[in-house]
Amino acid sequence: MAGRAFVEMAGIGKSYGGVTALKDVDFSIATHSIHAVLGENGAGKSTLIKILAGVVAPDAGTFAFDGSAVAFASPRDAARLGIACVFQELSLVPDLTVADNIFLAHGSPRFGFFSRRVQRQDAERILAELDSEDINPAAAIRNLPLAQAQIVEIAKALVQQPRLLILDEATSALSERHVTRLFEILRGLRDGGRSIVYISHRMHEIESIADACSVFRNGQHVGTFAQGAKSPGDVIEMMIGRSIAQIYPPKRPVGAGAPLLEVRDLHWEHKVTGVSFSVRAGEVYGLGGLEGQGQTETLQALFGVLRRVSGEVSVGGTPVRVRSPRRAKRSDLAIAFVPEDRKTEGLHLHLSVSDNIALSVLGKLTRHGLLDRRREKSLVADMVERLRIRVSTTRAEVSTLSGGNQQKVVLAKWLAIEPRVILLCDPTRGIDVGTKAEIYKLLRELAAEGVAIVFYTTDYDELIGLCDRVGIFYGGRISQELSGAEMTETSIVKASFGLQAGDAREGGR
Amino acid sequence: MLAKGGARQGMSTSTITSARRRVTGLRRLSWNGRVAVPTIIFAVVFTAFGLIHPRGISVITMTPWADQQAALGFAAAGQFMVVVTRGLDLSVGSVLALSNAVGSVMLNGSPLEIAGGMAVVLAVGALCGLLNGVAVVYGRVVPIIATLSTGAIYSGLALWVRPTPGGDVAEILNDLFTNEVFGVIPTSLVLLFGVVYAIWSVLSRTILGRSLYAIGSSEAAAYMSGLRADQVRLVAYMLSGFFAACGGLFLNFQTLSGDASVGASYTLNSIAAVVIGGASLAGGVGTVWGSILGAFVLRTIGAIMIFTSLPALAQPLFEGTVLLLAVSFSAIELVRAPNKLKALP
Amino acid sequence: MIAMLRRLDPSVIVLTAMIVLLVLIGSSELPNFLTSKYLLQQLQIASFLGVVATGAFVVILLGHIDLSVPWTMTASAMVATTVAGLGAKLPGAEALSIPLGILAGMTVGAFNGLGVAVLRVPSMIWTLGVNIVLLGGCVLVTGGFAPKGESTELMRALAVGRDLGVPNATLVWLALAAAVACILSGTAIGRAIYAIGNGERAAFLAGVQTGLTLFAAFVFAGGCNAVAGLLLAGYANQAYQAMGDPYLLPAIAAVVVGGTSIQGGKGAVLNVILAVVFVTLLTSVLSVLQMNDAQRQVIYGAVILGTLLIYGRLAPGWAARRAVTPHSKGSR
Repeated sequence: MAGRAFVEMAGIGKSYGGVTALKDVDFSIATHSIHAVLGENGAGKSTLIKILAGVVAPDAGTFAFDGSAVAFASPRDAARLGIACVFQELSLVPDLTVADNIFLAHGSPRFGFFSRRVQRQDAERILAELDSEDINPAAAIRNLPLAQAQIVEIAKALVQQPRLLILDEATSALSERHVTRLFEILRGLRDGGRSIVYISHRMHEIESIADACSVFRNGQHVGTFAQGAKSPGDVIEMMIGRSIAQIYPPKRPVGAGAPLLEVRDLHWEHKVTGVSFSVRAGEVYGLGGLEGQGQTETLQALFGVLRRVSGEVSVGGTPVRVRSPRRAKRSDLAIAFVPEDRKTEGLHLHLSVSDNIALSVLGKLTRHGLLDRRREKSLVADMVERLRIRVSTTRAEVSTLSGGNQQKVVLAKWLAIEPRVILLCDPTRGIDVGTKAEIYKLLRELAAEGVAIVFYTTDYDELIGLCDRVGIFYGGRISQELSGAEMTETSIVKASFGLQAGDAREGGR
Repeated sequence: MLAKGGARQGMSTSTITSARRRVTGLRRLSWNGRVAVPTIIFAVVFTAFGLIHPRGISVITMTPWADQQAALGFAAAGQFMVVVTRGLDLSVGSVLALSNAVGSVMLNGSPLEIAGGMAVVLAVGALCGLLNGVAVVYGRVVPIIATLSTGAIYSGLALWVRPTPGGDVAEILNDLFTNEVFGVIPTSLVLLFGVVYAIWSVLSRTILGRSLYAIGSSEAAAYMSGLRADQVRLVAYMLSGFFAACGGLFLNFQTLSGDASVGASYTLNSIAAVVIGGASLAGGVGTVWGSILGAFVLRTIGAIMIFTSLPALAQPLFEGTVLLLAVSFSAIELVRAPNKLKALP
Repeated sequence: MIAMLRRLDPSVIVLTAMIVLLVLIGSSELPNFLTSKYLLQQLQIASFLGVVATGAFVVILLGHIDLSVPWTMTASAMVATTVAGLGAKLPGAEALSIPLGILAGMTVGAFNGLGVAVLRVPSMIWTLGVNIVLLGGCVLVTGGFAPKGESTELMRALAVGRDLGVPNATLVWLALAAAVACILSGTAIGRAIYAIGNGERAAFLAGVQTGLTLFAAFVFAGGCNAVAGLLLAGYANQAYQAMGDPYLLPAIAAVVVGGTSIQGGKGAVLNVILAVVFVTLLTSVLSVLQMNDAQRQVIYGAVILGTLLIYGRLAPGWAARRAVTPHSKGSR
């Protein structure tokens, strides 16, 4: 079925500030084909598609498109050759309308002019084709829920009638119905001779749509095979290079005792609607469920970031009202928070490793109004060693570090306050497998020292492998709590979609 | 923000639809708020003006009123072009002064010479704006600082062209442009809205105009969408210079002379006008019409002061107070935001 | 040698080179340019700008800007001279003139801080509005004339007197700058300032009191503006309308030419001091060269833009590789 090679990459390499993202990659994409690209976060998939889409230029290697060598200076060059990309980090302009965004760069204006009316009709048509008549073309992107924004992003790529269409986690928020419709469209494009690169973490989607699969690991292309040629187990082993069991440290039985952190009936706006859970010292409690069910907000509420939160929170048996992060970190509570967005919330990218780590404990490092440099230095050195942060000097800017090392700096900053409770919001996103394993090990060690850990992740494996108990969020509250052997992928997925375990008939609520 | 949107798979279609209706309803309100707030402020101020003016609102009182608005209206329109791309032009006043100075030398002689002179003045403004754009885009100097420095250069040049106020501008221009069209509509307003409309109606229907908002709203997304951010910025600064030159030119018509120091107040007032007019200094939001209304508000307050028993000297006090109140009003939303991170940059 | 140069901030090298160049040009045109008398006089003039720039530096380091400089200076000076003028009727009022003048400036700073840190209005707009209001207030109260009342002895002594051969005004400036340098490099507040300038969200989430720090910085800047206004009034022996107008843009220019990022989070006091000297010398050399006002402005603008182009275009990688706080310097 697959046709001739449409894109051919040879010896492609790319590194960011000393961190290798892609190394000597040979890769080709055929016409008449849907080509799945698989790999862990940080395996190099996103760099690969950024090169294809002209967002970044490779440091090494050659790149031929439709038989002739090309070098893209910007996404504009790639778009001109007929490459369209549906990005995971949506490339939509928040203040413009749906219709404006769909035709942002490719409005095929008549004599250079748009007609708002024609554009609106075209937008309605393409949205209808995606089974999404309910999206108002005049609505601003800023006000759309993620699922609808994702549809708009797809529509925006489709109107360009691309010869090569790249979809990067394009379906993560879509419903089954929309995914099915999208697949029909993709198959139609394939049969029309187009090339499609499809990136997803959902194995069953790949099984149903891909013609060929390529696996990436640590920036290298480890293999390409026809869909169905390998078992899912083999594919996963190709992706992670070892079996899952080795990544997660062994769990230890949690001693019975009073909960260290207790949350009762937490409410905030319409996002958190009555969350209750408790975590004992030494326990790792996972927050699961689909993205955006109130998990982030729950953690933010516990850390004093949100206004007008109601409900009861107690730490060590004492009821508390956390009104600010400053209050949360005070030694009587000692709550630490590893936020979702490492780059803007967790770190100061242009400050040094040392400055970042010391920031949370400036008060403790102050003697007679002045900072004690010696103590600061030894504290930072301790943290760098304990977390094995790989830096040549603690004076280096954090921006020069790899994602994994950056996340370790965030953790170091919070370990410095000697926390009793650690809240983590998707801390392993975009981090290599090795560092992930180190972080898991560290969290386990902390738990063993008596810290209570609350860990939000969208990765089922992490919930199962790392956590002692898991609370599945659905519609702003914990709909189900699972522990021990109950924590299986099936039960977690079921609960995430609002289904009670063992009761598959009753959908929704 | 997007990543934490509301509806998910679990929701039924009707829930999504009703959620959307609610959201777009709110959106419409806040969008209208961006136009409605300056409109309401203007209506209040203008009504006060009509009530306080000893002769009420009539053709005779409207023309001088309108003549006062035009120059700042142009300056505000220019400032808006830059602000919407998340930039800032601190040389607006200097460009206005430079073009005013050049105009005082060029605008005389035969009709053809006068027309040529106007073209030169506008070209000078556009060129100044282009230079600003080059400093920002290719020189990679932050807009505030780049235009601050070029502003010094332009006002120096203005002083060089016209060391002392004066000049010889053909009187016909005053007759032509500061009276009424059909005896009713002040020519200055026709000129202001005509020029801005001509340019804006074209812009808003091209990729260029769309791009102005897009790069101000999210430069990364604009780049990913294949927009040419650099060129768009250049055009924005060029337009700012062009509109400032229109303002300078209009002052020529009004005074029949030129003055190198005329621009001083226009820079900061144009920023104030843009903000009162509902634009965000963070880019991507606002309309050129709102900005012009903002300019009208500031100027009308000045006009009111003349006719009240309040000392004329108190005028800046009122202008400043209106500005502070207007921005405080729009800040309330942020201060009470349920998520404290919202208010932080 | 080259390695040593590389460790220096590019703006220090560029500024030092420019200052040397200006001194060479100046001394070739004016025989007594390179005398201690002339240079000390320049230093005295630089002090007024220097004090303003010190306050502006702290605010810009936080990623904000204070456009209320001109009329904060004027208003504080007017308060001080007016209080001094009451001395004839109220004994003791004279002694209060300096503290009350500075208090006036800090009050304006507090109002700025309120708008920026509490209401979260962009500082550029809020301080612009405050400046206009102050202008209106001053003009209204004084009727547009210079207020009655002269500077006090002490104000005059601080502005034009000398101790140890150094102008007192310069001592005031350097004392303020030194205090800022110490706070920035040695205290928790200093670290907080850099952190906020680099990203307020992350700083807030690390438990830093970002609002309070912003507020304090604006109060400090208001105080600096007041001190500069008082010094200037001492120099002129009176307060007068718009006396602060010539200081706003040069102060911002000095801070930025000193390598401070206008987006905040990066900069050092020493560089700003050098930049103030540079800007003052530039003005002085232009007048020594008998340039007219027009030529002066063009060259002034072009030189500042040129310096920034050097930073922005020619040495971006150079600057970017370094961590940005002063205490990060050296010591590997």
